[in-house]
Amino acid sequence: MNSSIKNALTFSTVEPSGGLRAAMDKGRAEIIAEVRASGIRGRGGAGFPTSVKWNLAAAAKSDRKFVVCNADEGEPGTFKDRVILSEYAGLVFDGMTIAAYAIGATTGILYLRAEYTYLREHLEKVLAERRAKGLLGQGVCGKDDFELDIQIRMGAGAYICGEETALIESMEGQRGEPRNRPPFPVDTGFTGRPTAVNNVETLAWVACIFARGADWFKSVGTGKSAGLKLFSVSGDCKAPGVYEFPMGITVASLLEAVGGQDAKAVQIGGASGYCVPAGEFTRTIAYEDIATGGSIIVIGRERDMLKVAENFMEFFADESCGQCTPCRLGNGKLLEGIHLLQQGRCSMQYLRELCSLGETMQLASKCGLGQSSPNALLSIVKHFQSEIMGRIPAAAAAARE
Amino acid sequence: MIRLTIDYREVQARPGQTIMEAALAAGIEVPHLCHDPRLSPVGACRLCQVHVGGIDRAPVLACITQASEGMTVITESPELAARRKAILELLLSEHRVACTTCDADGGCVLQDLAYRYGADEWLYGAYQHGEPVALNYTSENRGIEYDAEKCVRCGRCVRFCDEVQMASAITFDGRGIAMKVNTAHGRPLHQSDCELCGGCIRVCPTGAMRERAAMGLGRAKDLAAVRTTCTYCGVGCQMDLQVNRRLNRIVRVTSAPGLPVNDGHLCVKGHFGFEFVNSPERLTDPLIREGDGFRTASWDEAIGLVGSRLRQIRDRGGPEALAFMSSCRCTNEENYLMQKLARAAASTNNVDQCATTCHAPTVAGLAAAFGSGAMTNSTREIRDCRVMFVIGCNATEAHPIVGLEMKRALRSGATLIVCDPRRTWLADHAHIFIQHRPGSDNMLINAMMSHIVGQGLYDRKFVAERCEDFDAFREGLGGYTVEKAARYCGVEPGLIRQAAELYARGAPSGIFYTLGITEHSCGTDNVKNLANLAMLCGQIGKPSSGINPLRGQNNVQGGCDMGAMPHRLPGYQDWKDPVSREKFQKAWGVKLPENSGGRVTHFIERAGNGEVKALYVMGEDPVMSEPNQTKVIAHLRKLDFLVCQEIFMSETARLAHVILPGACFAEKDGTFTCSERRVQRIRRAVAPPGRARPDWEILCSVSTAMGYPMNYPGPAEVFAELASLMPSYAGMNYARLEGDGLQWPCPTAEHPGTRFLHEGKFTRGKGLFHSIAFQPQKEEPDAEYPLILSTGRTLYHYNVGTMTRRMAVATQKQPRNFVEIHEDAAARYGIRDGQEVVVRSRRGRTTARAAVGRKVRPDTIWMPFHFVEESANALTIDAFDPVTATAEYKCCAARIEPSGPPEAASRQQPSR
Ligand SMILES: Cc1cc2nc3c(=O)[nH]c(=O)nc-3n(C[C@H](O)[C@H](O)[C@H](O)COP(=O)(O)O)c2cc1C
Ligand code: SF4
Ligand code: SF4
Ligand code: SF4
Ligand code: SF4
Ligand code: FES
Repeated sequence: MNSSIKNALTFSTVEPSGGLRAAMDKGRAEIIAEVRASGIRGRGGAGFPTSVKWNLAAAAKSDRKFVVCNADEGEPGTFKDRVILSEYAGLVFDGMTIAAYAIGATTGILYLRAEYTYLREHLEKVLAERRAKGLLGQGVCGKDDFELDIQIRMGAGAYICGEETALIESMEGQRGEPRNRPPFPVDTGFTGRPTAVNNVETLAWVACIFARGADWFKSVGTGKSAGLKLFSVSGDCKAPGVYEFPMGITVASLLEAVGGQDAKAVQIGGASGYCVPAGEFTRTIAYEDIATGGSIIVIGRERDMLKVAENFMEFFADESCGQCTPCRLGNGKLLEGIHLLQQGRCSMQYLRELCSLGETMQLASKCGLGQSSPNALLSIVKHFQSEIMGRIPAAAAAARE
Repeated sequence: MIRLTIDYREVQARPGQTIMEAALAAGIEVPHLCHDPRLSPVGACRLCQVHVGGIDRAPVLACITQASEGMTVITESPELAARRKAILELLLSEHRVACTTCDADGGCVLQDLAYRYGADEWLYGAYQHGEPVALNYTSENRGIEYDAEKCVRCGRCVRFCDEVQMASAITFDGRGIAMKVNTAHGRPLHQSDCELCGGCIRVCPTGAMRERAAMGLGRAKDLAAVRTTCTYCGVGCQMDLQVNRRLNRIVRVTSAPGLPVNDGHLCVKGHFGFEFVNSPERLTDPLIREGDGFRTASWDEAIGLVGSRLRQIRDRGGPEALAFMSSCRCTNEENYLMQKLARAAASTNNVDQCATTCHAPTVAGLAAAFGSGAMTNSTREIRDCRVMFVIGCNATEAHPIVGLEMKRALRSGATLIVCDPRRTWLADHAHIFIQHRPGSDNMLINAMMSHIVGQGLYDRKFVAERCEDFDAFREGLGGYTVEKAARYCGVEPGLIRQAAELYARGAPSGIFYTLGITEHSCGTDNVKNLANLAMLCGQIGKPSSGINPLRGQNNVQGGCDMGAMPHRLPGYQDWKDPVSREKFQKAWGVKLPENSGGRVTHFIERAGNGEVKALYVMGEDPVMSEPNQTKVIAHLRKLDFLVCQEIFMSETARLAHVILPGACFAEKDGTFTCSERRVQRIRRAVAPPGRARPDWEILCSVSTAMGYPMNYPGPAEVFAELASLMPSYAGMNYARLEGDGLQWPCPTAEHPGTRFLHEGKFTRGKGLFHSIAFQPQKEEPDAEYPLILSTGRTLYHYNVGTMTRRMAVATQKQPRNFVEIHEDAAARYGIRDGQEVVVRSRRGRTTARAAVGRKVRPDTIWMPFHFVEESANALTIDAFDPVTATAEYKCCAARIEPSGPPEAASRQQPSR
């Protein structure tokens, strides 16, 4: 048992290749219908309904299609995909195979984060076993009309390459830079062909859905956010690690489970996520409330919120691909602004400029990175006003009077 | 057409157009930095956000969102303005805003937008310099300079290099704030795959990418743009000379998207090749021979001397004693006046020009088959070709902008067939590449046609209805089986079959050829045979389908059109036809000469045997450009009187008795006719140096001094006269030529000009098939001279280098002559890459640096002819096409041997 796993995971109770065999008894349309019935949405962060993605890819006409498993897991504070890949790779490959069958793909590619190179040997071994067992190759599971192979590609070592279009560019040997959308990858993806990109966890759950039934999955969670979810919990709590919770769990109950009850705030959704102050701990973790790819960073009482924001902004200033103006330059300016605040050299007026810059970045950046990188700072400024104003000499003086 | 409203105005768009394209076409300036109409959209600058369907909706990018029926677009709102201002302020924060000392001042999109949105360049504090002297990939480059401190990372340059030029020399390096333009591995630009097209400069919206030589010579706002036509190859690119009037100097060259021939693209010569204009070596005064040297003279003295000597020689020696070499470098008006000078003032048909050295076989061959000899289609049509059959034509180097059109066709899925003894860029990207041995073209073409006939793939209807003499032609194909041709040409028979089938079936197919076809002793036959191929398959007389000879020099088409050749009066009117004769005799008020006249090669021959006593050379350098140089010099020395009208002291001018200083293309008005038959204006941008004069003026003075007065107020009046005598130009005048010019035939003042020839009917009525028997080259390799030597041009230089060898960028990239040799042959002769070698033929020797690789066949070596001091024409053979006297520059026998130690292999030449 992996020591990072902190509570019982459903994955450990599901037989590898069980879900796959169950799925192979169904027709393509039936598979997608089952996925729709389960209500599963993408576990990589954006929460796009998986069945809709597959339907589009299945409908696209092409001589070749691809399924890509996004294992670039680069969000700070996230490590649940790593755990899944090392413990339950069979389920992930089951999910990829089901997806490939559903959309008519003949090649699957697992795009593995460069830092996870050490997992490659293990994964190749699993793939070799599957080939030997007839779970890959010509006539998967005895189905004559289904041929599939799965390859592993190593990531480029950049956070942005986890964004699905940048990931595709990188696989094509280009600079890892996001593309414009439309066209979407389901239509024009890898080498210009229809490509379904799914997160590691999404694919593993798909395998479970076929093993246990869509109803089982749907019965957990909320109406809009079905099923179970893995969380990578880190920061100021007693038991950091990977947890499984139903969707719709409140922040408070989650904190209780991990031993972080007296947190000052929780950063949900990684560096680009939302900083939830203690006053909002009754909110739920769900696509309709606070969405997340699974990263939970607990921020303790004694933490300096500006320092927290600084850490996040440093990350983005480093990781922006540089393609579009707001993100390439904006992250650096926000970071400089934080430094000015720390040195007590930021005016109210300039803080307002920075917040408005953050909004411009959210609205005008090309991809999710620039659109969400100001989130943390903006939510900290909003929820920890007194802490921030204390760094502005004039505002601090006014407050003292 | 799609209808939409933009800013409350109804606007039309073509399906597939973006909001940006529709808006710009309607004159609505949506702000943008990264959009360029010729590049794929990236959405990088994020300035072009607009509202679609209401001001409360989340904005979309105009540059990537397609226009759709009924769409309502708002391009300005307080919200959009605030966001644009914020983005511009970000850009200014990393920009060394120094408009005061920036050459782009007044022509900079960033500056304009910052002003328009009131962006505060100090918002984020003062600009922080990076490294004090940031060296980058252009630091050593003599042409291009990249300044990362002025770069807005819009990526236009990178996309241009990648998508349009397809050189992929530059890319973005680093990420986030550290991202910069760079070459792969940061290699110096001149050692990269860069072709120095200058495209990255032309598309740059700021002062970040710029011409090194232009620095400090004037800000964009100080310069006046003069629209003119490029003076190098025959593609006919339109360009804007940016002139600093105060300095009387061309500062840089730009062009504009949307121009009919070049769409704003230029090649290295067009962009950088104007340094010669301002060269201190320009001739500034008339010169008269004195002993071994020259003395300066007044115009009166020089013209007087030329007039009286020519008159004397004419009166004593008769029409065959004088000969006139006109120039494809000069304008239509000047060529017209030159042949008029010869015919009316000197009473001789001894007038010719350099087309003899290149495309006379085209004129002769295509005229015989179709009735007129020119490119049948337009450059713009190439993009719609489905099959391109390119033979003996290195378009991406010799006609780079036609090359760009071919690249564009390739990108949109056209099939490319290349037949060339050399592995050119196009060959490398071809679907079928036939590397046949030099001189075996007719063997190959005959075999293709015999396969097409054998397979029944030819266009029976077209052949029956539009052509004649098919049966005899068909019989003549008898012996040319694919197998036999494959053996002789040294290629796979399967390739010949595939090429034939693809060409025959293409919808449409176009043929493109240049000097690889014409510069042979069988050049005219080669051309006629390509005409056969096109007629056989009905691939002519349609848009994008026909035969396209790409003309080598800027005005070789015009020079021929103007009748600067012995057997044709202006407009290809037959010199023997009584009606035409009468028309010209009446217009010129003289009796036309009756001698049959000769071609340039005959002039040289006859100078040697004393038949020609006086030669008048305008803008040409036969010593450098004619084969067998030693002989040419000896013959020219025997002349009683040699006049050179030149802009530089050329090798020929050194032998002259009188030198008259002319004006270059940037110093005079006139017209050029480019390959696609488009007549376009050139315009005076700067004054000629010293006392140099426009060539048309000089010709008028000489004629007057010879007793045949010529008086024209200017080139416009010369043009009016020639148009009145030439049916294909009859509808043209200077007023109509403003704008995009006109393509001949243009017979009446209402006629819009002709995009492609031979629609429905050939000029001569029916297309004439010629049965062509294969003729081997004149000098076969043997034990003593075992290799075939072929010559040609490179991207970086032009002709004999008079102009391009003065270009800093070109000489940096390609400083001296080289000879390409196959690695197997090189091993056999003990030659290593970069080594000094001596190349010998029966006629002479020259040195060069060896470029070892796989570009040429093992039995062939290849050299460019641009280098005076290492002249390839010391080797070439004086064997000629019997019809046009064009020399066989493309093959002779030669041998090669090492002469010095191998030098460190430096990349003089992109090794692709
Ligand atoms: C900057 C950025 C980084 C991302 N990184 C990852 C990642 O590491 N892993 C991942 O699965 N999805 C990542 N995504 C989301 C992917 O673009 C994509 O939505 C996801 O792979 C789709 O899979 P799903 O629908 O199964 O969630 C990232 C998105 C952005 C904008
Ligand atoms: S938002 Fe950032 S990461 Fe995304 S395209 Fe723009 S610069 Fe690149
Ligand atoms: S590039 Fe433009 S904005 Fe920058 S200094 Fe030059 S003119 Fe000014
Ligand atoms: S000059 Fe042309 S080939 Fe060279 S880098 Fe610029 S765009 Fe590319
Ligand atoms: S050099 Fe010019 S064209 Fe290239 S990215 Fe910079 S601003 Fe854009
Ligand atoms: S012009 Fe549209 S983003 Fe730059």
